[in-house]
Amino acid sequence: MATVISNERLANGVYHLRVEGEHGGKMGQFYMLRAWGAYPLLSRPLSIHQVNDDGVEFLYHVVGEGTEIFAGLTPGDPIQLEGPFGNGFPEVEGKVALIGGGIGIAPLYYCARQLPDSDVYLGFSREAFRTEAFRPLAAELTVDVGGLILNSVDFDSYDHIFVCGPQPMLKAAQMKGAAAAAGGRSPKVYLSLENRMACGIGACLVCSVSCRDGQRKACTDGPVFLAEEVVFHD
Amino acid sequence: MISTSVNTTATIAGVHFKNPVVMASGTFGFGKEYGKLYDVGMLGGISGKGLTLQAKAGNQGIRVYETASGLLNSVGLENPGVEAFLSKELPYWEKLDTARIVNLGGNTLADYVLGAELIQRDANERALEGRRAVDMIELNISCPNVKEGGIAFGVKTPAAREVVRAVRAATSLPLAVKLSPNAEDIAEMAEMCEAEGADAVSLINTISGMKIDVRRRRSVFNNLYAGLSGPAIKPVALRMVHQVAHRVTIPVIGMGGITSATDIIEFIMAGATVVQVGTYNFMNMRAGSTLVEELHQFMVEESITSLDEIRGIV
Ligand SMILES: Cc1cc2nc3c(=O)[nH]c(=O)nc-3n(C[C@H](O)[C@H](O)[C@H](O)COP(=O)(O)OP(=O)(O)OC[C@H]3O[C@@H](n4cnc5c(N)ncnc54)[C@H](O)[C@@H]3O)c2cc1C
Ligand SMILES: Cc1cc2nc3c(=O)[nH]c(=O)nc-3n(C[C@H](O)[C@H](O)[C@H](O)COP(=O)(O)O)c2cc1C
Ligand code: FES
Repeated sequence: MATVISNERLANGVYHLRVEGEHGGKMGQFYMLRAWGAYPLLSRPLSIHQVNDDGVEFLYHVVGEGTEIFAGLTPGDPIQLEGPFGNGFPEVEGKVALIGGGIGIAPLYYCARQLPDSDVYLGFSREAFRTEAFRPLAAELTVDVGGLILNSVDFDSYDHIFVCGPQPMLKAAQMKGAAAAAGGRSPKVYLSLENRMACGIGACLVCSVSCRDGQRKACTDGPVFLAEEVVFHD
Repeated sequence: MISTSVNTTATIAGVHFKNPVVMASGTFGFGKEYGKLYDVGMLGGISGKGLTLQAKAGNQGIRVYETASGLLNSVGLENPGVEAFLSKELPYWEKLDTARIVNLGGNTLADYVLGAELIQRDANERALEGRRAVDMIELNISCPNVKEGGIAFGVKTPAAREVVRAVRAATSLPLAVKLSPNAEDIAEMAEMCEAEGADAVSLINTISGMKIDVRRRRSVFNNLYAGLSGPAIKPVALRMVHQVAHRVTIPVIGMGGITSATDIIEFIMAGATVVQVGTYNFMNMRAGSTLVEELHQFMVEESITSLDEIRGIV
């Protein structure tokens, strides 16, 4: 059991949760969290937003029952945390772009801290949040509200591109990556997927991802995949 | 601490269970993942992810949906196939001091038989080399999430009889048949299994259910229906275990919604020899060790020295 340090509302339905304790983790990895007893049944996966000496931080969007409960947490409240899980983003060298859509910016903050010369692109449909925290970390920061952030990114200028956001954005990034590859300088594009999970550790096969070489698990083989490996269905 | 003053053991067809806590098929992989979190050798047994003769990719689309105190799943038997299991996963099981149950599904009668034959052949080879093989086959004729096979065999007794008979002939390993709550008459189904030489029956598998996305005006599952598990199904499971335990003399492996030691005791009182724990693994990653410890504690508190004292007492 861990303890909530703070749970700050950043924007409409967006919260920044800090949890006390020694909780490590690499960029792109996630924890399974629950702040309730038996119901809801499943724990909720949240990406690592930041790891500090005194704890771990998350950035989350309230969408339903579980995150609603998270939103009600106050300092001192107990919260259960299992992790870190998943493969995370690779440690890379060269020119890096970090592209986040909406709450997809959550794991990118930890990336930006570890890859300080990256260009950061943050896109929001309605309201921007947490962008100023990125400013001192980014070589260049581009923020877009209401448009398509991917339109601001020249894929050809990067060696590595990390993307986290809604599925249509991931699909579009995959296509841009493929187009760039066909054109010469080919960036390695990594996508962080958000499949529904039950066990979180590779045992239930609920989070299956179709990949070119067969079925993989989002929770253990991912959540980060090379864009070219993933086969999107809808 | 686990008390040694209470006896939690059970035996099914010569297979020893040090305690009645067995992890249910499809919710525990082959144990390796949970083995990183606690010593899975402390469990009574493990029923591995359901296998089919050939590897299966499972269903597309959403595979899990939460309901009021239950879980709908539509995994669709994604698995590596029997051969890959025997070569890649069984070596891990070899080292575990727990009952090893292989859960076998199939699309056709021939698939079931060929799968059972492969497992039997492997067991024979291992016996010659003095190595541990699987302890028991759990025949799954009840998966609601695959189009062919699965549940098609598990609803009507005559169809189920054919499968049980053919697999019984194909293997001399202890055989449990996993029954579906969607069967027309589950007690009759269990009697058939006993008559055909099954060593035990397992019940229940998930209950066929549904969830509609009202905005998209369609089922959330590509496969339309999905299997309901978890606390929501416990009363139904308990009733069925009780009903079946009174109709057969072979052991009953009971499951459905177990999340506590008292749930386990209820199933034992209804007549189960051992129980399986599925969905609870997703609620508590250390479900196995929690339950084993709680069970010992409960028995000490209630002055139950052996589970035999209360088995089938209701
Ligand atoms: C690896 C990973 C990392 C994630 N990181 C973050 C993060 O940093 N910040 C954040 O806000 N969200 C993140 N998500 C999404 C987050 O897990 C869901 O928004 C959350 O589970 C919704 O729970 P709920 O109870 O509020 O919603 P409900 O709709 O009530 O949930 C019902 C079920 O659906 C699942 N579910 C619903 N939406 C999603 C979704 N988008 N992705 C996966 N499962 C979902 C829930 O886990 C639950 O099992 C991540 C998801 C994954 C898989
Ligand atoms: C995600 C999931 C996958 C399952 N896969 C299998 C399977 O492969 N074979 C099988 O016999 N039962 C399978 N089951 C059914 C369980 O083994 C068990 O019978 C059922 O879930 C009821 O127990 P519970 O309420 O404790 O989960 C699965 C259940 C779940 C939730
Ligand atoms: S969530 Fe269970 S295998 Fe990935």
